[in-house]
Amino acid sequence: MSNTSTPLRRFWAEFRENKIAVVALVVVIALILLALFASLVSPQNPYDLANLSLMDSRRPPGFVGTGGYTHILGTDPQGRDLLSAILYGLRISIQIGLAAGFVSLTIGTTLGILAAYVGGRVEALIMRLVDLQLSFPAILLALVIVALLGQGKAQLIGALVAAQYAYFARTAYGAAKAERGKDYIEAALATPLSARLVVWRHMLPNCTPPLIVVATVQIANSISLEATLSFLGLGLPVTEPSLGMLISNGFPYMMSGRYWISVYPGVALIILIFAINIVGDQVRDQFNPRLRK
Amino acid sequence: MLGFIIQRFLQAVVVMAVMSVIVFCGVYAIGNPIDIVIPPEATEDIRAEAIRRLGLDRPLYEQYFIFVGNLLQGDLGRSFVYNIPVLELIGGRLPATLELVLISVVSATVLGVGLGIYAGYRPDSWVSKTIMAVSVLGFSVPSFWVGLILILFFAVHLGWLPAGGRGDTVEIWGVAWSFPTLDGLSHIVLPAANLALFKLAMMIRLARAGTREIMLTDTIKFARAAGLSEATILRRHLLKLISIPIITVFGLELGSTLAFAVVTETIFSWPGVGKLIIDSITVLDRPVMVAYLIIVAFLFVTINFVIDLVFALIDPRVRHGASA
Repeated sequence: MSNTSTPLRRFWAEFRENKIAVVALVVVIALILLALFASLVSPQNPYDLANLSLMDSRRPPGFVGTGGYTHILGTDPQGRDLLSAILYGLRISIQIGLAAGFVSLTIGTTLGILAAYVGGRVEALIMRLVDLQLSFPAILLALVIVALLGQGKAQLIGALVAAQYAYFARTAYGAAKAERGKDYIEAALATPLSARLVVWRHMLPNCTPPLIVVATVQIANSISLEATLSFLGLGLPVTEPSLGMLISNGFPYMMSGRYWISVYPGVALIILIFAINIVGDQVRDQFNPRLRK
Repeated sequence: MLGFIIQRFLQAVVVMAVMSVIVFCGVYAIGNPIDIVIPPEATEDIRAEAIRRLGLDRPLYEQYFIFVGNLLQGDLGRSFVYNIPVLELIGGRLPATLELVLISVVSATVLGVGLGIYAGYRPDSWVSKTIMAVSVLGFSVPSFWVGLILILFFAVHLGWLPAGGRGDTVEIWGVAWSFPTLDGLSHIVLPAANLALFKLAMMIRLARAGTREIMLTDTIKFARAAGLSEATILRRHLLKLISIPIITVFGLELGSTLAFAVVTETIFSWPGVGKLIIDSITVLDRPVMVAYLIIVAFLFVTINFVIDLVFALIDPRVRHGASA
């Protein structure tokens, strides 16, 4: 142990021991970077219709198109370079996943801590609602909400948040309820500090570890849920295809053996979800005191 | 015991009432169905007449009470699009969905519990490790993607199984079923496998965790000391002890599988309720949406109620906890 060990450094030292988790983390970071710099990395801007030629549509991987470069992963029915479409699609999927994850985290945590701190009727009301919602599958809720709100990024994020905030609320409630009874909170409340300050400065930081774990899982879930909704035709507008919509676009062509249009975007999606889940698993194990030696 | 049943029953009724309000408000408060029902070139008079006929001119709470009143008489309204009673519409599609859901959940449970017990009984063998790796896959891969790969491999590449539809059906008591015919059975294999994979993963994990815990308890030690064979111990003692969480999850999964069937039915063009609801959502056919949600909510509440009762029967602690 070095003298300069901060909690973060100790955390990283332990994380590093799991080689698979490190690889997964590298993959996640690489995918995020690729998505961020999609416009620099990809050979074509798939949203610029002037770039697309129907002559190039549904070509197999390795085809050299009218643009003069090789389509490493082939092209889709609109003649888009699939690799470019995947990188741009990755960007949208990650964007939606992060946005939905953070908004649900904020709303869910606020409700959960509020319920645990205030107690009484407020607690009963919030937690009953949360439990009721948790007994319904998230996909069904998201489906109905997106159907009612219509298509668009904001609507989709709204639907994902409505379907997922309850998990954060449950987790935050459980953690905060346990902290609420501890002496340090009682002591802090006995001082002239305002209750709000005690809750946000002292209670919240002690509730974060489980919330971080839920957040990683839920970001992966949001991405998967968004892909599912887009696949069903209820997600984003066609002009900005996410990974789910790319898969859906290729589906009709799969029967005739043009597998690549669906399969490659799907592989990208799976790698992303898998990597996030592995990182999340490792973080959960590190936060779980029962697994400590 | 009777007090416990009544208490749980009242809870279920309250939940149902709350659900009906939420669903009604959610579906009726947003969007305008009149635009779908009435052609845009209709005159003002025809519009007003249609609005009155559908009862859409009354205040929302009045519409709700009419809706609940009809609901209690088994009338869920008429579809805006098909113009036939919603119950008839959904009832006609329900057997296809139920068939699919039951086959997947039952096979996932039987297979999952078997594999899970093995993985828990011999945690270090390579077979167990393979089983666990597959179960991780079942958890993190989106279900629609698995469906695509199944179609690509078994229907397109190998050409062994059909990619969509229900195949031949047989009428039993006036309802068409696929499973009794060979052709129907071949159509059901892929969608059922798709739907079952996630449940299978969950059952494996549950059964494995339960087995590992219980194999270390005194119950098993004494059973061994009494000279019972390992097979008898597993069958008679272990299976009984791990059954409680498995029954709960079985029940809950029955409901959530109904919801997931929406995705699977779309991929495999299975003509069930899930396909119907997706179509209704795209054309904003409200009565169908409301009826579907109410029916699903009802199924969930009923299943939860039944699970509580089964619990109380198996585990006396639950019974006494409730009366104390």
